[in-house]
Amino acid sequence: MSLAGSPDDNVLSARGLVKRFGGITATSNVTLHLKKGARHALIGPNGAGKTTLINLLTGVLQPTEGQIALEGRDVTRLPPHRRVRRGMVRTFQINQLFDGLTPLETLALTVSQHRGLGAGWWRPLGAHRAVAERCDQLLEQFHLTSVKDQTTRVLAYGKRRLLEIAIALACEPRVLLLDEPVAGVPAADSREILDILAALPDDVAVLLIEHDMDLVFRFARRVSVLVYGELLVEGDAEAIARDPTVKAVYLGEEARG
Amino acid sequence: MTSASPAQRSLLAARRWRAWEPLLWLAAFAAPLLLPSHALIVNEIAIVALFAVSLDLVLGYTGIVSLGHAAFFGMGAYSAALFAKYVMPDPLVGLAVGIAAATVLGALFSVTIQRGSDLTRLMVTLGAALILLELANKLDWLTGGADGLQGVIMGPLLGRFEFGLSGRTAAWYSLTVLLVLFFLARRLVESPLGATFKAIRDNRLRAMAIGIPVGSRLAVSYTLAAGLAGAAGALLAQTTGFASLDLFEFHRSADVMLMLVVGGTGWLYGGVAGAVVFKLMQDALSAMTPQYWTFWLGLFLVVLVLVGRDRLIRPWTWFGKGRRP
Repeated sequence: MSLAGSPDDNVLSARGLVKRFGGITATSNVTLHLKKGARHALIGPNGAGKTTLINLLTGVLQPTEGQIALEGRDVTRLPPHRRVRRGMVRTFQINQLFDGLTPLETLALTVSQHRGLGAGWWRPLGAHRAVAERCDQLLEQFHLTSVKDQTTRVLAYGKRRLLEIAIALACEPRVLLLDEPVAGVPAADSREILDILAALPDDVAVLLIEHDMDLVFRFARRVSVLVYGELLVEGDAEAIARDPTVKAVYLGEEARG
Repeated sequence: MTSASPAQRSLLAARRWRAWEPLLWLAAFAAPLLLPSHALIVNEIAIVALFAVSLDLVLGYTGIVSLGHAAFFGMGAYSAALFAKYVMPDPLVGLAVGIAAATVLGALFSVTIQRGSDLTRLMVTLGAALILLELANKLDWLTGGADGLQGVIMGPLLGRFEFGLSGRTAAWYSLTVLLVLFFLARRLVESPLGATFKAIRDNRLRAMAIGIPVGSRLAVSYTLAAGLAGAAGALLAQTTGFASLDLFEFHRSADVMLMLVVGGTGWLYGGVAGAVVFKLMQDALSAMTPQYWTFWLGLFLVVLVLVGRDRLIRPWTWFGKGRRP
């Protein structure tokens, strides 16, 4: 396994990540590199430690061992919100939205925060032309323009799912962690989300955590398989699809379950 | 603005003044003139309204539950009263001192509300107010202890307007301070900073995930609200010429929470509306049944919560299925 990857090559480098909770090892020596523009999927059966790994990458949990670097700079000890500022942004499997705000307000505050205006208290939200224009773009891109002034609480599930991803994009990520983006979305609405995933900016590295194998093999160029907290195998999507071990531990289980 | 983007138009439209707002403020300022005998209660309402607006910033906009908001109210009151008694009697300087003292106290206590659950915050805020109550009680050489701080004589406002017995100057003074601070608070909640408060209120996990420094924003909100509560306390001490332990008591924190529940959280006017309703009810009911007025207040609250505020102020929806006439 090659640990050397020059800093400018890899946007995200996680090396030798270990997380132990008491006697239980949830993540065991996981190494993961994402290049600029990567389309990488992380798969694994339930309980494989996918969520723990996301929490380690985003800074919700501190690793017991190992380092995480973003664009060559060590972020292992940075709190979550500082990693976001460096470009590490995630979406959630279960929507995490601001229910009392409108989609427009949500995006405006996210863009403002990201552009360093989040502590401004005198000029109103929306006073900055550039922020508002970015909001217009995002609303358009995510098909949210028609509902932009409704309270998020009352939006249909498909729209909520779109907003979930739009918020992440509003943070202008360098690395985007997508946690089961089509989970729970009715088939009729999933087309919209798939189109949006296909149209994500080329320079953003995407790590997709997903159960849906169709989506994984359609979207990802590289795939890592996580089992019992360990990386079982990593490789090109076609190779993984053919790999007999992967079929046995993961796809087999999926077919049964 | 010639060619604002749609988003900008939408965002800025939401913060436009409603037609009833200037009318409300005009009526408030006219009240001490039109109803001279009620100037005292106008003054009281303005003060508790400011206190409720302060709690709204914390509870309604940032989602921090507090049962000890009286700590800052009392701090502002005692600081302003002590300043007037021992340093100088000018009301505006005293007001600034009261605000500053409560703000510093808020900054100190803000450390305690950044972690833990809502329940721990209830306990911590309650405890902080109790500590201050006991301090004010024990430091009787300074505060007058259980007798209260007496002999506070205020100088004339701006060197010209005496606080007379009629309470008119007091009412206009408190209303003006309320007006100024209310619009500063409004500026704040409509700004990006205020939006990040609301984001934290609605979903702390996501707020963190979009790069908001949640802990320090909670501290900022709590500290600013403490300053507003301190202003309310200072106004009370200055206009009554008195500060007593009662200012730190639990019922102050509970009453202001009730006012906010009555008026509605998260829109600033909720605190004002709640203060008006609460104080007028208290005034009317205690005139009718001095001993049992809290019974009727309690009944009102139960009905309010069961029926819902929206239905209660729309009597035409009480019977039948008809929505609006």
